[in-house]
Amino acid sequence: MSDKISVTLTVNGQPSTVRALPDTPLLWVLREELKLTGTRFGCGVGQCGACTVHIDGQPNHACLNAISSMQGRTVTTIEGLAPAGDHPLQRAWIAEQVPQCGYCQSGQIMRAAGLLNEKRRPSREEIVHYMQPNLCRCGTYARIVRAIERASKEG
Amino acid sequence: MVDHGRRQFMTGAAGLTFGIATGTIAGSIGTAGDVAAQPAGAQPRSRTMNPWVTLSTDGTVTIMSAASEMGQGSLTSLPLVLAEEMDADWSRVRIVHAPPNDAIYGNPRMGNVMYTAGSLAVTGYFTMMRQFGAQVRWVLVDNAARRLGVPAAELSTQPGRVLHLASGRSLSFGEIAVFAEVPAKAPEIALEPLDTVRFRLVGRDVGRIDVPGKVRGAPVYSIDVQQPGMVYGAILREPVEGASVVSVDDRAARAIEGVIDVVRLKYGVGVIADAPWAAFKAKQALKVQWGRQATGWGFSTEKGFEAFAAIARDDSRQGIAWESQGNVRKALQSASSRFEREYRADYAYHAQMEPLNSVASVSPDGTACEIWCGTQSQTFAVAAVADALGIARERVKLNDMMVGGGFGRRGNRDTEFIVDSALLSRAAKRPVKVTWTREDDVKNGRFRPLYVNRLSAGLDAGGRIVAWHHKVVSDRVLPFADPVRAKASKGRDNIAMRGTEIPSYDIPDRLAEGIHPDTGIRTAPLRAIGVGQNCFANECFIDEIAAERGVDPVDYRLALLARTPRAQAVVREAARMAGWERRAALEKQGRALGVAYIDYTGSHVAAIAEVSVDRPSGEVKVHRIWCTIDCGVAVQPDNVVAQTESSIVYGLGLALTEQILVADGQVQQSNFYDYRVPRMSDMPEMIIKVMPTPNHPTGAGQMATPLVAPAIANALARLTGARLRQQPMLPARVRTALAEGTGRVA
Repeated sequence: MSDKISVTLTVNGQPSTVRALPDTPLLWVLREELKLTGTRFGCGVGQCGACTVHIDGQPNHACLNAISSMQGRTVTTIEGLAPAGDHPLQRAWIAEQVPQCGYCQSGQIMRAAGLLNEKRRPSREEIVHYMQPNLCRCGTYARIVRAIERASKEG
Repeated sequence: MVDHGRRQFMTGAAGLTFGIATGTIAGSIGTAGDVAAQPAGAQPRSRTMNPWVTLSTDGTVTIMSAASEMGQGSLTSLPLVLAEEMDADWSRVRIVHAPPNDAIYGNPRMGNVMYTAGSLAVTGYFTMMRQFGAQVRWVLVDNAARRLGVPAAELSTQPGRVLHLASGRSLSFGEIAVFAEVPAKAPEIALEPLDTVRFRLVGRDVGRIDVPGKVRGAPVYSIDVQQPGMVYGAILREPVEGASVVSVDDRAARAIEGVIDVVRLKYGVGVIADAPWAAFKAKQALKVQWGRQATGWGFSTEKGFEAFAAIARDDSRQGIAWESQGNVRKALQSASSRFEREYRADYAYHAQMEPLNSVASVSPDGTACEIWCGTQSQTFAVAAVADALGIARERVKLNDMMVGGGFGRRGNRDTEFIVDSALLSRAAKRPVKVTWTREDDVKNGRFRPLYVNRLSAGLDAGGRIVAWHHKVVSDRVLPFADPVRAKASKGRDNIAMRGTEIPSYDIPDRLAEGIHPDTGIRTAPLRAIGVGQNCFANECFIDEIAAERGVDPVDYRLALLARTPRAQAVVREAARMAGWERRAALEKQGRALGVAYIDYTGSHVAAIAEVSVDRPSGEVKVHRIWCTIDCGVAVQPDNVVAQTESSIVYGLGLALTEQILVADGQVQQSNFYDYRVPRMSDMPEMIIKVMPTPNHPTGAGQMATPLVAPAIANALARLTGARLRQQPMLPARVRTALAEGTGRVA
């Protein structure tokens, strides 16, 4: 008897059926079952934001959502943000030379995309408040703010 | 200069016939321009010009980069220097990781080992890259001269092309690659001195080649690696180094669906499962009894401070000299006044964003292994895996991945997080990806050591410092992180002691000595190593002396730096940018400025922090930091700014919030909820000025980290009169200091 369950969800526009233990976080299904490794593991407890994806259009921690809760839901990862990888935020991230080690940046970009979906022209204070859940140990915060401002103007 | 005996000019088949590969070179990790877009079916041939450069007939220039890329940008900077002298078309350059081979790719500043640390990549490889680039250019011009039937002296180059201006003829590098003959040796090229050379690429921001992939979430880290048939591993490691396993009850672990095996190791218990989640759950379900013989049991942060302070205060306990000049004891005795202070630091954790992990695939017969890892030392990784498996180093194939943060954690000699996957793959007989959870990464962390720094200074009648004695008591670091180097170091623990030397301050009699007990606690270099705490002690101490003497702390430093114009320049410029003269006005508004300076391996750096404090809570707020850096030639100026921003943010966390506590030898913290690193709202405004000079480039990757804590502490003292003498300056410590009017916290 297997404890694993089958779950069908839509990831980056594609319906996918996966099998996993019910309490498996979405994060590990994305990374190791669906091979979408751009969503990164940082802390596993919703403290760092490296695993930020959009679930039903909202930024969310892939590490905090068990696969058992994902039936029928829609997930967008960094790989699905823009097919050619040229989302205004990604272009702005290059223009501002944001990434250093780069490990947290998928999560930063996905969170920033959530912000711009909510508000086209966020103020600096709104950016800082919204981006607060996402850690960057290389300290690229100042450039992240600049890149979001650039994308909101140029996007 | 370049040793041609060892670093031969050409690889591949020896002599005048050389390797010609058809097809494109596999494994490119980044391209500067449009190389990736070449049409399918094109089959250019390639010529290996020397161990660093391969030129394809389509004009693609492939350059090896010998440093790990962990965010600091060497992957771009090192090939850029070579491309500069070669006069390569940067848009046609592709960059690949150099394979592990110390004889060719070792860093001269690291004893010719491939080891990326200490902000020594650009400074170590710079001249070599220039020389190899210039030699490739020489070979191309020489070949073009013979083909065109003109003297080489009549030829010039422009990016990617050799020109004969007199006849208007030219050959592209790709065209030359079709017929080029590469000599076994090229002459040593006289490089143009840095004070007259006009660089085309160096000093201009070309953009980092790793950035486009990183914003797309490309699978560039070892944690992203996928292999056919790969399974997943987790390790329950001994909570104290050397404790080892006494007994294991793995019944609950094995009952978890997906668990394939439980493997007993010397230092812990490994779990192999069909998914990471099953492996993590099984690891948690293990019941292990640990041996109680290890040194670390019973040790605590509290006991550490108590013991270290007792040693620091006991003048009969002399350490091993790190820097000694003149006769400090005599000079202290004859000084007209004396100051003594004690500074401290808690253990601190790297908190690199990518938790430690690796992938290994051991051959079924156990005699060969392929590894995928993010490492600061290709050399150490291969050696540690070979030794752990009992196989020859040549039988280990390394796939060098991008590093999701290093900060010193991925450069230890034993690379235990890479050995993990090799051992589990041998047991599983298939590829295994071992991932440490964040809790594993914290609990099994290797920390910036616990410090007690005792400083004594003697002043002459005019108030000038004439004697300087710095006694450091900290956990040993080098013997734990790198026993091989430790053996050769005669007890001088460079990781713990660096930064006690103060080359730019003009103080005649100086002694820095270190005592480094083995507490059993795991330690490692951590960004800025000993400089982080030793500079905190130095710069706070100087500030205290200046304040006691009633001298402005900027002026006091400028006087001590009278013999080092580059040092004075960065201090003066930081003060000018910060508006140092408006200090009094600021203080009326409840804010103060504090200054700190460092000569960090030849890079001159100054920082000024604008700080306020919420007195009831003890929360410190850093509003702005001005920072000036002279690192000689700035190869990528915007990246120097980025690295300085980064090192300031890192220093901010160490200064204010980051604390690892140890009780009964075990780490008390677990994850980012109890180990607090800076978030976006903690950011001060950072105003950074790169002040390049035509000097050999020195480090830029961590140079401002040590300045943040002393600049903040010095500002707080100015603002409140209270001296904070321990990192981190936690709110409780600030409250205590404010109440007592002193920074001493037991």
